[in-house]
Order: sequence, then C-alpha cells, then structure tokens
Amino acid sequence: MSILWVLVKLGAALGFGMSWAAFLGWVERKQSAVMQDRIGANRADILGFKLIGLFHTIADPIKLLTKEDFVPANVNKTFHAAAPALALGFPLLALAAFPFGGTFTVGGWTLSLQPLGSKVGLLYVLAMLAVGIHGVVMAGYASNSCYGLMGGLRGASQMLAYEVCLATTMAGAVFLYGTLDLAEAVRWQARMLGGWLPAWGIVFQPLGFVLFLVAGAALTKRTPFDLPEGESEIVGFHVEYSGMKFGMFMMTDLIESVVVCCLAATLFLGGWHAPFLPLDGLVGAAVMVGAFTAKVALVMFLLMQVRWTLPRFRFDQLLDLGWKGVLPAGLLNFFLTAWGIYLWR
Amino acid sequence: MITVRTVERPPRDLAVQVFLLEVVKGLGVTYRHFFVNLWRHLLGLAGGRPAGSPPAAAWGGSPRGRASRPPSGRALAARGAVTVQYPEEPAVLGRRARTRHRLLKRPDGAPRCTSCLLCETVCPARCIRITAEDSPDPGIEKRARTFEIDMGLCVFCGHCVEACPVDAIRMDTGDMELPALHRREMIWDMKALMEDS
Repeated sequence: MSILWVLVKLGAALGFGMSWAAFLGWVERKQSAVMQDRIGANRADILGFKLIGLFHTIADPIKLLTKEDFVPANVNKTFHAAAPALALGFPLLALAAFPFGGTFTVGGWTLSLQPLGSKVGLLYVLAMLAVGIHGVVMAGYASNSCYGLMGGLRGASQMLAYEVCLATTMAGAVFLYGTLDLAEAVRWQARMLGGWLPAWGIVFQPLGFVLFLVAGAALTKRTPFDLPEGESEIVGFHVEYSGMKFGMFMMTDLIESVVVCCLAATLFLGGWHAPFLPLDGLVGAAVMVGAFTAKVALVMFLLMQVRWTLPRFRFDQLLDLGWKGVLPAGLLNFFLTAWGIYLWR
Repeated sequence: MITVRTVERPPRDLAVQVFLLEVVKGLGVTYRHFFVNLWRHLLGLAGGRPAGSPPAAAWGGSPRGRASRPPSGRALAARGAVTVQYPEEPAVLGRRARTRHRLLKRPDGAPRCTSCLLCETVCPARCIRITAEDSPDPGIEKRARTFEIDMGLCVFCGHCVEACPVDAIRMDTGDMELPALHRREMIWDMKALMEDS
C-alpha cells in the first residue's frame, strides 16, 4: 500500500510538472499578448470551439512531435540525443521532493502528500537544478557548433553564479526554520501570528524573497536572463536541435520555472498552508494541494510578467548582478536573520 | 553656423543603479496594460462579442481591403487589443500604402502610357516589360502595346509611379492579395492592369 501510494504521488508530481509545462506555453503566449495589447494564440479549434486558445496546449506538442527531427551530420550523435533528456529529466526529478500537501487521515490511513520526504529535501532540489545544467552544456558541446558551444558555456557560467546566489538567498529562511526538510519548513510556517497573520516566510524574509525571485528567474534561463539562448545574438545551445528535442529544451525552461515557483511557495509562501481552512481529511487534502498550486500559479504569474517586461542583460551585467548584487545582498539578509534570531531568543 | 548643444545625461542615482525600483515601475506599466485589457476582453465576452473581432464596419473597413479612414488608436484600444484578424477582417492600410499597380486610361480607353520606358529603367527589381507601338493620335508619338508587371518580382518600392511623366501608373488599388499557383500567373498584362481604371 505505501509503495503504491508513493508511486501514485510520484506519477502525480510528474503530471504536475508536465501539465504545468503544457499550460505555461499557453499562458506565456496569452499573457504576453494581453499585456502588449494583442490577442495571442486563438487559431487552434476543435469543431469550431476555440476556448480562448487553450487547444494550443494540445496543438503545440502535436506539431513538435510530428516535425522532422533533423540531426546534423557532424554532431556527436549520442550526446546530441542524450542532452535534451538530461536537461528535462533532472528538473522533473526535483519536483518529487516538494510537499504538495501535509498529512491527512482517511479511513484509518494516515497519508502524506509529499512524494519523497527527506531530511535534506532542499539540498536535493538544489542538486537536481544544478545537475540539470549538464544537459545544456552537453547540447552545446555535442552540437559541434561555435554558437551552440557559446550558449552552453554561458549557461554553465550563469548557473554557477546563480546557484550560489539561490542557496544564499534561501539560507536566511533555512536558518529561521532550522531545517532542510521541506515539509518541516512548511509546518513551521503553518500557524497564525496573533490569530490573523500567517507566519509565512515572506513575513520574516521579505528581502530574501525578492532576492530569491531574482536568482530563481536567472536560474531558469528565461528572459531577462536568457543569455544561453539569446536568440538575437547566438541562438544558443539548442541551435542544432529541431522537433521535439528542441521542444524538450523549451519545456526544460518552463519546468525549471515551476521548480523555482514551488521552492518559493514552499519556503516563503507557506507551502500548502491555507489560513482558516480545514486541512485534514479528503477535503483538507484537496485544500492543501489547491493552496500549494495556487501559490505556485501566483509566483508564476509574476515571473511570467517579469519575463515579458524586461529586456535581456548583457553577459557582464548578468554576472555583475549575480556576484556583486544578489550574492552580497543575500549574505546581508542571512546575517540580519541570524542577528534577529540571536536577539529574539 | 555650427553650434554644439550639450545634452544632459539623465542622472544615475542609487535608485536607478539598484535597478529593483525601476523593475517595479516597469512591472506597474505592464500589469496596468494586462489588467485593463483583461477587463476589456471580459466586457467583450460578456457582451457576446468575441474579444478583438468586432464587425469590420465598426472601424471603416471596406471589402476592397482599404479603410476609408484608419481607425483611431482610442477606438482600437477600447477593444482591449489592436490586433486585426487579417484573413477574416480586411487589412487596415494607410492612405498612402503602395499596393498593386494599375494603369490609367485616356478618355478614349487607350492607355495613358507613352512607352517612354522610364519606369522600366528605374525599376530596381526589373519586373516591368513594355513594348511600344505607334499611336493613332498624331499628337502622341507612341503608346504601349504590351505592358507587363511580374508581381512575383516587384518589391513595391513605388519608383515606377514616381518616374512616370504622364501619371500613367499608380499603386493605389488597395489590392495586396496577389498569390497565384503558377509563376506565369503572377505576371499581370496591360488588360488586367487597366481593369481598375
């Protein structure tokens, strides 16, 4: 039973990531359109029903799957094929560690809604995000193209800078909760201060949250931090890819965004905690998953808006922002947190 | 006399250097657009009108693809989107848009063209072919016997219109849908070019 339940949860986490990726393709096109006074995707229809363009979530994958998968003659065929799988696989694996909800009791069973509970869940997520860059570097290397290689190197350099930043910006929150266990971190936040203010991380760590969003956006390789792709200058690490392999790189960015949003929801927005709502039984399970998903959607809405508002950085500006901006500010935040905890105790 | 005007660089104080405040300002602009447009789309949906596709007559579109008057920015913005759903709705062209050529006629129906070949000479795409014949009118030396434009080559620069000394060719038909299934069909002869005149 418990093995079965874990498998169900793992499948659900995978589905969570994949359906977000498909949905975000639509959100990206539609949100950018509305904020730019356009209409956006509205052509795909089934029997005349367009459903505000939602069928594009089906049409896009079908198009990518049926396109020619062209492999250039001089690429390293093994690595060329392995790179998209690596790039996409690791962020998907990271999703398994998130607590989509707490524990609930139904029919004598006490079930957890976290697929893989671990004392070091946060480190696991960070590790998966870091390993995911291998797909990008490998794609750039295997493509046997200077543009692809340049994109891969940019990706590696950027990931190095912002992975450090990301860990630093989360350090304050981790210090506050006193745990690397993601479910424990949410349990620390799942209470009310003075009966009305949820004790979510953002209340204690506003600076940390902002810095985390900057570093997280940079880690997902999306505009304004899309230097590895930079389609107007080098096209980037996936320049030699076509068809669904290219689509997998696109999905990677979106799923990395989902992972970053899940991290933000878990560490700063109280995870599954929803104030004044029942959190036990089957209803509670639905509330917890719904609250978590809503928080992820909220952060994603913000990140998507940032992606369509800001222009791309220059590469030295990008590294300056990381090493000279976010990292010192994150360390300052960590120091202030530690000081605050010392004074408070 | 040449003078130098010194342009003050905008100051880059700390608030700008930190960048975060400017990001928030920019997000304010884009979020305002997002929510205002979303509200307009919702109003459109509630009114039973698909967002962004009002009846063409609402902004002066005509079947020939030429708006009698370009829709004002305010009229378009009120729809929540300035998109023109082109194949279904007629395209909105500016009053001076260069579209497919037409040849003008004299009162007796003969082409105005005097076969001076200025347009053929000036054409950068070399898409014009003219052959001349004697004009029956003793006051006019020549007239065009054939006049062909290969629309597949034409770059719609309008130099032929500028070059013509007798105002025989214009690019004001409002017709820009010129596809054909065969290259040969892309070549318009004098008869076809004079149909609109």
